Amino acid sequence: MSIIDKKTVEHVANLARLYLTDAEKEDMTEILNKILDFEQKLAGLNTDGVKPMAHAVPLENVMRDDTVEESLSVREAFLNAPCEAEGFFKVPRIVEKD
Amino acid sequence: MPLEDYTIVIGLEVHSELMTKSKLFCGCSTSFGSEANSQVCPVCLGLPGTLPVLNKKAVEFAVRAGLALDCNIATFSKFDRKNYFYPDLPKAFQVSQYDIPICQKGHVDFIVNGEKKTVGVTRVHLEEEAGKSVHSGATISTSDFSLEDYNRCGIPLIEIVSEPDMRSPEEARIYMETLRNILRYAEVSDCKMEEGSLRCDANISLMPKGATKFGTRTEIKNMNSFRAVQKALEYEAIRQAACLDRGEKIVQETRTWDDAAGVTLPMRSKEEAHDYRYFPEPDLVPIVLTTEYIDKIKNDLPELPVAKFHRYITEYALPEYDADLISANKDLATYFEAVLENYKDAKVVSNWLMGEFMRLLNEHEVEITDVKVKPKDLAKLFELQDKGTISSKIAKTVFEEMFISGKDPETVVKEKGLVQISDVSEIEKIVADVIKNNPDPVAQYLEGKEKVLGFLVGQVMKFSKGKANPQMANDYLKKALAELK
Amino acid sequence: MELLKKSALELRDLLDKREVSSREIVETYLKRIEAVEPKVKSFVTLTAEEALQAADKADEMIKEKKAGLLTGIPIAVKDNMCTYHVETTCGSKMLENFKPPYDATVVANLKETGVPVLGKTNMDEFAMGSSTETSYYGPSRNPWDLERVPGGSSGGSAAAVAAMEAPLALGSDTGGSIRQPASLTGIVGVKPTYGLVSRYGLIAFASSLDQIGPFTRNVADSAALLNLLSGYDPKDTTSLPHARPDYMQALGKDIKGLKVGVAKDSLGDGLDKEVAATVKKSIDAFASLGAEIVEIELPHSEYALATYYLVATAEASSNLARFDGVRFGHRSQEEKDSVTMFKHTRAEGFGPEVKRRIMLGTYALSAGFYDAYYLKALKARTLIKSDFDAAFGKVDIILSPTTPSVAFKFGEKISDPLAMYLSDVFTTTANLAGIPAMSMPAGLTTNGLPIGVQLIAPALGEEIMLSAAYALEKAVGTFGLPTLEV
Repeated sequence: MSIIDKKTVEHVANLARLYLTDAEKEDMTEILNKILDFEQKLAGLNTDGVKPMAHAVPLENVMRDDTVEESLSVREAFLNAPCEAEGFFKVPRIVEKD
Repeated sequence: MPLEDYTIVIGLEVHSELMTKSKLFCGCSTSFGSEANSQVCPVCLGLPGTLPVLNKKAVEFAVRAGLALDCNIATFSKFDRKNYFYPDLPKAFQVSQYDIPICQKGHVDFIVNGEKKTVGVTRVHLEEEAGKSVHSGATISTSDFSLEDYNRCGIPLIEIVSEPDMRSPEEARIYMETLRNILRYAEVSDCKMEEGSLRCDANISLMPKGATKFGTRTEIKNMNSFRAVQKALEYEAIRQAACLDRGEKIVQETRTWDDAAGVTLPMRSKEEAHDYRYFPEPDLVPIVLTTEYIDKIKNDLPELPVAKFHRYITEYALPEYDADLISANKDLATYFEAVLENYKDAKVVSNWLMGEFMRLLNEHEVEITDVKVKPKDLAKLFELQDKGTISSKIAKTVFEEMFISGKDPETVVKEKGLVQISDVSEIEKIVADVIKNNPDPVAQYLEGKEKVLGFLVGQVMKFSKGKANPQMANDYLKKALAELK
Repeated sequence: MELLKKSALELRDLLDKREVSSREIVETYLKRIEAVEPKVKSFVTLTAEEALQAADKADEMIKEKKAGLLTGIPIAVKDNMCTYHVETTCGSKMLENFKPPYDATVVANLKETGVPVLGKTNMDEFAMGSSTETSYYGPSRNPWDLERVPGGSSGGSAAAVAAMEAPLALGSDTGGSIRQPASLTGIVGVKPTYGLVSRYGLIAFASSLDQIGPFTRNVADSAALLNLLSGYDPKDTTSLPHARPDYMQALGKDIKGLKVGVAKDSLGDGLDKEVAATVKKSIDAFASLGAEIVEIELPHSEYALATYYLVATAEASSNLARFDGVRFGHRSQEEKDSVTMFKHTRAEGFGPEVKRRIMLGTYALSAGFYDAYYLKALKARTLIKSDFDAAFGKVDIILSPTTPSVAFKFGEKISDPLAMYLSDVFTTTANLAGIPAMSMPAGLTTNGLPIGVQLIAPALGEEIMLSAAYALEKAVGTFGLPTLEV
């Protein structure tokens, strides 16, 4: 049974910004199909009129006052930066190259 | 066919930064212009393990903005994650509101070409600001790399989505200006387009006049001033009309406004349908607002431009033009009302504000809030004028000095010796001198050329350095001349 | 060895009597770690220096009579909890050198109380797994049988406690990641009510399911550690504002008349016979203590696993999106443009199981599939929670197996993700419902492998859960810990 094809896997991998080799795409398609097949169990569950539950506990209106707190020092802010340049986080060109 | 035969359909998505002291979900400062990445913390940098905590004031501001736009305020709303990857978005999702925004169904009213226009507001929702990319090259597409500054990241934003109700680029600009006025009135945003605290994206399409089905739209970005909004949309309307006339289809795409070149250009990006995968933000809980809470904010809301406009007409009998111009600008209206606390003739005040006051503001590039002239001193200036202490011409000179030095009008008048001469003996003395020094015009007058009187009055004014009471100059000159007959 | 065998509360006693110092305890544990770590591999990072400094501070506190219940007693911390300037890897290559500039709230509490942190324990990558086999740093081993997994994802913490490398450990539980390894290593593991313990600084797997909880040798120690962990945290919006009781007070209460629910089909097909027998023994033990055994129905539990894997992966796909190589973590050398850098960074930094779950979660949230998968799962979650609400109208706690089988061998399930997911079949319901649950040792197989049973209580029902567990522990006895022939 095939719920998800390789093309969809490619689309989803692109959404998730995951580079997959061709072999990985094949594997992924197979495994995701197995898992999604298992997930079909839910399709048989009647959920008419049931409200979705996004939180485990029913809290509301948890807010903080508008007060300024100390920010990180520059040293701490860049402590883990893979690529720093002049106090900025440097990234490769944003517009994609063909 | 010409553009006039098309109906232009425009809708705007406006983003406005809220004036909270701290960010939406952390305690970092929101102040503008600090050193890059100096206002960041583990939360707004999206470091693993961190969690957001909602800023109470941001909710209040969003509600206030919604009420100022006459929206329905949701008693229940929630946050959702909008997922997409971009270097300026640390968590790779933006916390926003998807299906249940905090405000819905409002409107913005304004006057365009003398007619009243109402633009529907679909929704106002609360979300977080992204960081700022500084590109290595002139534009994003010519840059080899970019530098990320996350100071701005996490500042609270409201997104105000309009209905596609605007029918001309001019309406779009006036809508934006009106929106700015309202948000400033409501004291929720400073709305500085040049600093990016107010931004807009526009959707624009054309359809033949009389049609009811909208055409394919394009989305225009990167319009950084009110003028640019109008210019970009004017350009785009003409471009689309030309396309349609050539029998081409409009490509649904995002285009960027190149202000220097005066054109919109397609934003180069790989064709990929956006799929933001919105889902409820599990780290934040719903916002539940009581009607008491909403009513309190409503009651605390200052009088808004539309209400002021009507009040100025009914209460102060201002002409519509004056009422519109003054009520639109919160600072001007505040100043206007402050002057009226000490001076009753509203029309005199509005004339002065729209004339001399605005002229000097523009000339000196000063904001109203920075003007040195105290409203009560301006009222005093009018009184001096009414009492005849100074002439209207002198009043302008006095005001200029007040504008520069901030001194009260009496001091200026005294220091500069600008008191109007109303002393009979002094006027008589000047009149006598003028008659003596102008024998020819005097002779002409005596021969019946009464027009010459104007010249002689002018000489009296000149001789007195403008300080002579013009009416008295006139009267006593006539009287002296009559005695010569 | 004598000191190593002491429970945390026994150590408390020795510390208070000044028969031992915190420094001596920490030194003893560091020696034990040195001896058995090559076999067990519980830790990713050891923080011996910091632990000794903390021990000295604890000794000062004890001297000044400022000691808390666990002051001076060392702990191991799962490597998904942020520790200031100490590597926090989450078992991933992605965070190989990540040094947080802040402490998780629970870690800050440990420091303040003077609880020395021995090190950061191994785990399945980003807590995704049930065996520690998905850890980038290699698997930890079950001290009871080094050929077998310690369970996961908090397998390193469980192994550390079971191998007597630490008297206490912290784990996190998203679908069973504390209870399953506790069960497989013969110790006590508690997943508290959602919101009882702050998640601030816990690197998120699935935000609406994650909870931090204790691993201990016995129930009383868990109550003591829960006292320390539990608390309102303004940095965590989902932190419960309710007052926290003293869980130690729950211990030793008479459980006569306690209503213990057993779900009709929880002892049915697919359950290991010895596990089933052990659960039955526990039922009998409860009965003999005067508890009333009530058959209950949890009709939607059969959907729990399918629901869990959609909710958890959907949230994870979003939570793990921030690993893009810009501000922290691994960054690929493929820098043609940002998108390429993102894709390769994530391809290089994440292991196969993490990628699978990100893919599944992304798919479940994507346009056209949201309603059928994610939204459907949220609705099923409501039904699962309603089942518990109904059940807890009739009973005080629910007893079930923790896992369908005992510790399995390395490689047995790693190639079949679905088989691995089935390890969570009894544990995910509590996370979905947000309610507390714990696993405690209840027997050994004939081969000498530990078997755990699970107790589930209603939201904020930790006291009744712990008092029942304490009574059951007295009744079924303890099963010791492997010495690993040192």
